[in-house]
Amino acid sequence: MASSGADFSLLTAAETEALLLSLRVSAVAVAGALPLALAAALLLSHRGFPGRALLEGILHLPLALPPVVIGYLLLILLGPREPLGAWLIAHLGIQFAFSWTGAALASGLITLPLQYRAIRLSLQAQESGLAEAAATLGAGPFDRLLNITLPLALPGIVAGAVIAFAASIGEFGAIITFVSNIPGETRTLPLAIYTAIQQPGGEAEAARLSALSIGLALFGVMLAAIAERRLRMETEA
Amino acid sequence: MSLEVSLRHRLGTFFLDAAFSVERRGITALFGASGAGKTTIINAIAGLLHPKTGRIVLDGEVVTDTASGVFVPARRRRTGYVFQNARLFSHLSVEKNLLFGWRRAARRLPKQDCEEILDLLGLAPLLARRPERLSGGEKGRVALGRALLASPRLLLLDEPLAALDAPRKAEILPYLERLRDRARIPMIYVTHATDEVSRLADDLIVIESGRVAAQGSVFDLLSDPQFGALVPSPGAVFPARIEKHREDGLTVLRFDGGALLVPRLHRPAGTRLRVRLRADEVMLARKAPEAISANNVLESEVITIPAGSDPHADIRLLCGQLKFVSRITRASIERLGLAPGQRVFAIIKSVTIDPQLGA
Repeated sequence: MASSGADFSLLTAAETEALLLSLRVSAVAVAGALPLALAAALLLSHRGFPGRALLEGILHLPLALPPVVIGYLLLILLGPREPLGAWLIAHLGIQFAFSWTGAALASGLITLPLQYRAIRLSLQAQESGLAEAAATLGAGPFDRLLNITLPLALPGIVAGAVIAFAASIGEFGAIITFVSNIPGETRTLPLAIYTAIQQPGGEAEAARLSALSIGLALFGVMLAAIAERRLRMETEA
Repeated sequence: MSLEVSLRHRLGTFFLDAAFSVERRGITALFGASGAGKTTIINAIAGLLHPKTGRIVLDGEVVTDTASGVFVPARRRRTGYVFQNARLFSHLSVEKNLLFGWRRAARRLPKQDCEEILDLLGLAPLLARRPERLSGGEKGRVALGRALLASPRLLLLDEPLAALDAPRKAEILPYLERLRDRARIPMIYVTHATDEVSRLADDLIVIESGRVAAQGSVFDLLSDPQFGALVPSPGAVFPARIEKHREDGLTVLRFDGGALLVPRLHRPAGTRLRVRLRADEVMLARKAPEAISANNVLESEVITIPAGSDPHADIRLLCGQLKFVSRITRASIERLGLAPGQRVFAIIKSVTIDPQLGA
């Protein structure tokens, strides 16, 4: 399927554009969602947190909902003619609909549970009482977070970010619903593949872009596996 | 240094209601069965537990007082804590673990004192290692050093030996003894092991289902048959001093009220030691025994013979100032016609000697 070598090595300008856009959208999506995922995981790892089960459910919702539904919800919330969308454009100059930032927002939202789960697991795997030990040694709450909890959770944070990045590269439904399929603006790799398949004679392009996606996904999943293995080694020690 | 503790706290169905005070340095053992509330007490002292009602005064500073709403956070109490499973920071080297509290101390321990602690605990060869590359005993020593370098005014130890097998225990016990004798800070030592109490503790607080059942010096309490039920192998623990080494290979140990002959100890005359005498190693005779192999016969007075239906009884004896215990059968008591106030001859089969540098 991967066609001939000459075809594969030469990406057209439009294809390169789709690839770079995908990388940009995913990087912004992961970077934007990470602080949220981290804050949620830290808050919900406290046993006494009120409404923990409900919040946990809401955080996992993007995993269970069809991405099209997420895209549709974003559209009716942040569309340029909707109150919140119009307000954001008027007062902050931020337009999500039909822009690459909207694609990043949708991807970030959909991959948030992946980051949250990875961080949460790494916090749970930490030997209990290390923060208490640090407290008896004179460390305050922020000191403990910065020097004990976060460094120990780092492999989980990295693993979560990498797997969320890989998943984000493949996001299709929410993006096409929310920000449409605009070349150079919102046409990421999956959307470019979809477009190529729709056109007569676009099979070669679709195959090239698919191979590229497979390569990217493999690379990302392998990175995540390496980060996770490091995490497991540290907690078993 | 002084510590006053008075606590009432409920944990599930368990109720803790304990009050005691500690006035001196050395090791005070909080002794009792698992689940008696020992760890809850030291967690409250460290500020890791907020008691329902209670008051804790450390060196004149009120650190917990529920009546007036005072609760000094753990990080400002300067109470060192050695946890049962060491709780070393796995992402930091041994050296960084050790310096964690030192760096955060308001007044940092001088370099010379730090080196003394490293030396005392044999930590210098471990500094570059990661915690996962340490044995159980080494982890315990690093945890001790880490707590001490933060220059605490009180050191709390929660069963530091309980998770270790016998050889690891034997490896770390001498370090604890040296610490007791050289460190200038008092220690509260939580344990349910009698051998640790008799070997390490100066004072003993017996905790029974959340309450203080007894408090006193180890030398007094361990020879009190009343605690036979609490202490699995009662006996006596007492301080002694090497008087001289005899030419026949024996060493004379002088204690308050008498002397013991033991096989040659390789320590200079004048060295102070702690002697442990188990109740089942002491036989009794009404008349001075003749032609026996035992080297040590202490002429003593019977103080009490506890009543009961056990086949054995722990008889409390006094020789000079030394209180000790002999465990013999009730049949023997009857045959010898023993009664309080009588003179008897206690035949000592063997004793255990532990180093006691200070005290």
